Amino acid sequence: MDFLQAVFVTPFVEIWESPFFFIELVLVGLSTGVLYSLVALGFVLIFKASGMFNFAQGAMVLFAALTLVGLMEHGVPLWAALILSMAVMVVLAFVVERLMLRYLVNQEGLILFMATIGLNFILEGTGQLFWGSDVKRLEIGIPDKPFDLGPILLNTFDVTAAFIGAALVVSLAIFFQKTPMGRALRAVADDHQAALSVGIPLKTIWIAVWTIAGIVALVAGIVWGAKSGVQFSLSLIALKALPVLILGGFTSVPGAIVGGLIIGVGEKVAEGFWGPAFGGAIENWFAYMLALAFLVFRPQGLFGEKIIERV
Amino acid sequence: MFYREAGQFKTTYADDQAVFPILQDKIAVLAVIAVAYSVPLFANEYWLQAILIQFLVFALMAIGLNILMGYAGQVSLGTGAFAAVGAYACYKLTTNIEGLNVIVAILLSGGFAAAVGIVFGLPSLRIKGFYLAVATLAAQFFILWLFNKVGWFYNDNPSGTITAPPRELFGVQITGPAATPEARYIVCLTFLIVGAWIAKNLARGRIGRSWMAIRDMDIAAEIIGIRPLRTKLLAFAISSFYCGVAGALMVFCWLGSAETEAFDLAAVSFPVLFMIIIGGLGSIGGSILGAAFIVLVPIFLTNFPPMIGLEISTALQKHFEEIIFGAMIVIFLIVEPEGVARLWQILREKLRKWPFPY
Repeated sequence: MDFLQAVFVTPFVEIWESPFFFIELVLVGLSTGVLYSLVALGFVLIFKASGMFNFAQGAMVLFAALTLVGLMEHGVPLWAALILSMAVMVVLAFVVERLMLRYLVNQEGLILFMATIGLNFILEGTGQLFWGSDVKRLEIGIPDKPFDLGPILLNTFDVTAAFIGAALVVSLAIFFQKTPMGRALRAVADDHQAALSVGIPLKTIWIAVWTIAGIVALVAGIVWGAKSGVQFSLSLIALKALPVLILGGFTSVPGAIVGGLIIGVGEKVAEGFWGPAFGGAIENWFAYMLALAFLVFRPQGLFGEKIIERV
Repeated sequence: MFYREAGQFKTTYADDQAVFPILQDKIAVLAVIAVAYSVPLFANEYWLQAILIQFLVFALMAIGLNILMGYAGQVSLGTGAFAAVGAYACYKLTTNIEGLNVIVAILLSGGFAAAVGIVFGLPSLRIKGFYLAVATLAAQFFILWLFNKVGWFYNDNPSGTITAPPRELFGVQITGPAATPEARYIVCLTFLIVGAWIAKNLARGRIGRSWMAIRDMDIAAEIIGIRPLRTKLLAFAISSFYCGVAGALMVFCWLGSAETEAFDLAAVSFPVLFMIIIGGLGSIGGSILGAAFIVLVPIFLTNFPPMIGLEISTALQKHFEEIIFGAMIVIFLIVEPEGVARLWQILREKLRKWPFPY
């Protein structure tokens, strides 16, 4: 009875009594949510273009951020380090295509998925082998000052991160909708064979899409790394991006964004108001349970195409 | 020359249905089992404790995951969670019920794991592939959180760990701090041999065939009269049973005491997944070979560089280990998706024709 009350009554009373705390939690949640969205975006891009579920996206975030920080620690200025890490991500895309994807054409999704788990480990290992595994601070000059907006406390960093995320999404949307390459990518996503038959080179497309995913990973790595330091746990946020994808749908860019925000807010609010009823630290599994509920009742997610066969 | 079945005629149905129909195979397997049982006579404590018992426990878990993934085609990243259920259930059973035989407790805890596996297998009726992987990840995080948070599971022990209480079997202590590695090794080995034998027979019988039908094409399987609900949930139940028993053995016979961290994604779920990919999806023998491989690589990395005069730090070694595992996975998936088990099969074919292949 007490438990039921703690789950169904008390949190709502608390929300009613302290609406500003609730709003603050929502804002904190939104700022984490933006970061989840950035990681989830990389997943969606690759899934759309190759039907491949890239488990290594989180490792790519870690790898990109480690490369950037590592270069900066060796005295390379920020702009040069940025360009160099982008170049590294392009090279990575080439290498992945040349050594891995090329030999896995026409394999089942499951095999591809497991191959990316392998890639995940290779990237985590290499990144840390070169740059070490201790926590690194990433200073890129985003101001981190709290400011008041009415009675609500905000943070310049979170606002900047949100803007970066928004800018990335808009530019990706333009790229996908307006450029020839974007159109080719969408064609490949729809049907590999049809795309090949009208002369779209599959290998180039793969390199392009892995490059884009790599750059998205770099952005996510920069923002996340500037917030909480560059460290191994960065690659674990990939695991958090999975429920985001389930929620938003695997094939939808807006879905990744909205899903990320929902998961971010849901997590924080659940922890803040419902956490005490469960003894705290429910942040760790809340997202997965939400995703599980979605899987049972709406497997295609909020915005995804209905591609899942009923079995 | 030696490996030929010429002249061995099957005259009874029992002969025809034997697990190892060829005499040479029978002898080889019996020899391996005999050697395995006599290992404690000459292996030292380090080998037993750090390598062999670990290998046996993980091999049992790999068989469990292979039933689910290799035979029934359902992806799972929740191996660690199911193993944790087994371990914690076994702990609760042995500490709360006086005089319960520890073997019975281990088997019962496998049953608990099977029940949990069925619950988390329910989404598999609507989703597949990596969608299912996410659902099992939910199991992984939720169950470990539950065992960490709710004191009842670890008897409100202030340290939050579960410790194997001392228990005897036939007058020999097999769990607890006073149990010798030899005794614990024998227990694990027996579990593995019996488990592998049962799994092999399940896999080649009616149940295994229905699993493979579901894996290869679920709609066709449904049309020929295989019920997806029962078949998939059975796969989840049996797989989780194996994982649960292995988890119980992990705490009771290998680690001695453990926290939930011992069962997390990086410690159990991923390594076991690697074992079955490298060993061979859909092969019981492959699971065992894969487990041996994954357990031996870190040991090799610890011991080999010093032998050739190279000093590498543990952090560096861990990164090398990750790269090697990752590369092995990719290479095996590209070159030999059926794993070491398939290589072994090819070797056997070659051996049959040796020395005159034409």
